Amino acid sequence: MNHNQPVYTDNDPQNELVTLNLGPTHPATHGVFQNVLQLDGERIVSGVSTIGYIHRAFEKIAEHRPFYQITPLTDRLNYCSSPINNMGWHMTVEKLLNIKVPKRVDYLRIIVMELARISDHIICNTIIAQDTGATTTFLYLFQFREHIYEIYEEICGARLTTNIGRIGGFERDFNDIAFAKINKFLKEFPVALREFESLLNRNRIFIDRTAGVACVTPEQALDYSWSGPLLRATGVDYDVRVSEPYCSYDEFDFEVPVGTSGDIYDRYLVRNEEMWQSVSLIEQALEKLKHEPAGIFHADVPDFYLPAKEEVYNNMEALIYHFKIVMGEIDAPKAEVYHAVEGGNGELGFYLINDGGRTPYRLHFRRPSFINYSMYAKMSEGMLLSDAIINMSSMNIIAGELDA
Amino acid sequence: MAEVNNSSVIQLLADRFGAKVSGVNEPYGLLTVETTKDVIIVVLTYLKETEGAKFSFLTDITAVHYPDTKHIAVVYHLHNMVNKIRIRVKVFIHEQTPSIPTATVLWNGANWMERETYDFFGVKFEGHPDLRRILNMDELNVHPMLKQYPLEDPNRVDKKDEYFGR
Repeated sequence: MNHNQPVYTDNDPQNELVTLNLGPTHPATHGVFQNVLQLDGERIVSGVSTIGYIHRAFEKIAEHRPFYQITPLTDRLNYCSSPINNMGWHMTVEKLLNIKVPKRVDYLRIIVMELARISDHIICNTIIAQDTGATTTFLYLFQFREHIYEIYEEICGARLTTNIGRIGGFERDFNDIAFAKINKFLKEFPVALREFESLLNRNRIFIDRTAGVACVTPEQALDYSWSGPLLRATGVDYDVRVSEPYCSYDEFDFEVPVGTSGDIYDRYLVRNEEMWQSVSLIEQALEKLKHEPAGIFHADVPDFYLPAKEEVYNNMEALIYHFKIVMGEIDAPKAEVYHAVEGGNGELGFYLINDGGRTPYRLHFRRPSFINYSMYAKMSEGMLLSDAIINMSSMNIIAGELDA
Repeated sequence: MAEVNNSSVIQLLADRFGAKVSGVNEPYGLLTVETTKDVIIVVLTYLKETEGAKFSFLTDITAVHYPDTKHIAVVYHLHNMVNKIRIRVKVFIHEQTPSIPTATVLWNGANWMERETYDFFGVKFEGHPDLRRILNMDELNVHPMLKQYPLEDPNRVDKKDEYFGR
């Protein structure tokens, strides 16, 4: 936020600002963002962010849907890591209903969530590289996002908006192909990630473009309620997985990488290191799975977990539960819950108020992209336009999560 | 460093504010208190800055509409990251006169959270530097998250909730 603007005399013809509409559909902004910038040459004097272009009223819709129908809405928040949103929502409802899920489900969930984190960070870091001019790294690492989507496909059948899992566990067990694909990914991805790092980490052009650009102090970051990799890049070691462990994260051995200056380079390094930690978490989870009884993939909650189809056709009780769940005849207790998970971009919170009915009375998503992005216009002041572009890439603002 | 937990914070608030902080509750372990709009900024400042509370991180601001009691609850979630403890502060204001002092004096992050709350509930945050709609279009003349506004067009007959199990 340094204001090193040139000084003009009163009647200097250059003493005129240019208004630039960056967005809403500018190819450099990777999403529907509009920023009306006042430019002095290439330097941004001030900016106003306009958001809401893909607002879909999810909080209102959620008030009219039973819990299991809200999962597809959460997919569409941060659609780059939808499994984390799905799991966060399931865990919120499980907290509301006091459901204890089996350990095996926790480990399977961690595998899916960490894969989602990797795919989220792949997108962010490769796009930083792309915007600094390195298309090779973008295309090279992006194929692993495709491999992750293939793993999702084996688990749930979908790729982007996954709707993985159900309240109480998963809709089906991971099949052998899924495990084979996860193992293959764990073998191949570290090689590619190491190459990706060797192309960029000490790359002079990359460092010149990113180091010392858009520095944020920890005080500023906390003042703007930042969370996630952006906050950690400033040096604050806040990670929901460690601070309030959910889903058995406390049993795992992993590190929370932090940066020092909060600039774009630090954000990039933090995200890269988190991918390494995620790989290690998946390996640990696969190891722990070997000690769990096979075939368990959901908790025993007949009121909220749809019974298997063959049960429904052959078993009276299962048919009744199926009917009651689908027709929404099962009420949840009156309660108020806040549950947070560490999303790809930071603390993803679900604030759920239930008045005893089958739909939430109020559901609020604490969306990290929305909250992180509020500093963007202020940060851009005094910055070069080209730096502001990579600054936006490095914040990994996902339009779906921004607008809900 | 002294232990900070729910009971120590409850004690701290009771000593400082007495009856002005009421409705103490701990649903699912998250300390919840209610206060009034004339002291909300004092309470938030106290929670943010006092030794033994230090809820220096603003997690979220949102609102809930209760048409039965004609109230809108403005809900603040604060977080003490060092002691790993959260607090939820609620202020009930009347739905006809929804106004409350702004928390942007304490956190810049409150800016957009309050704009969102204004956009959807019509809560006017007094002293907010830029209280405009944020997600909805400027021309919208309602605050859509209020309970009186239905999700779907009420005149349609083919989309009754009962047909969809809700």
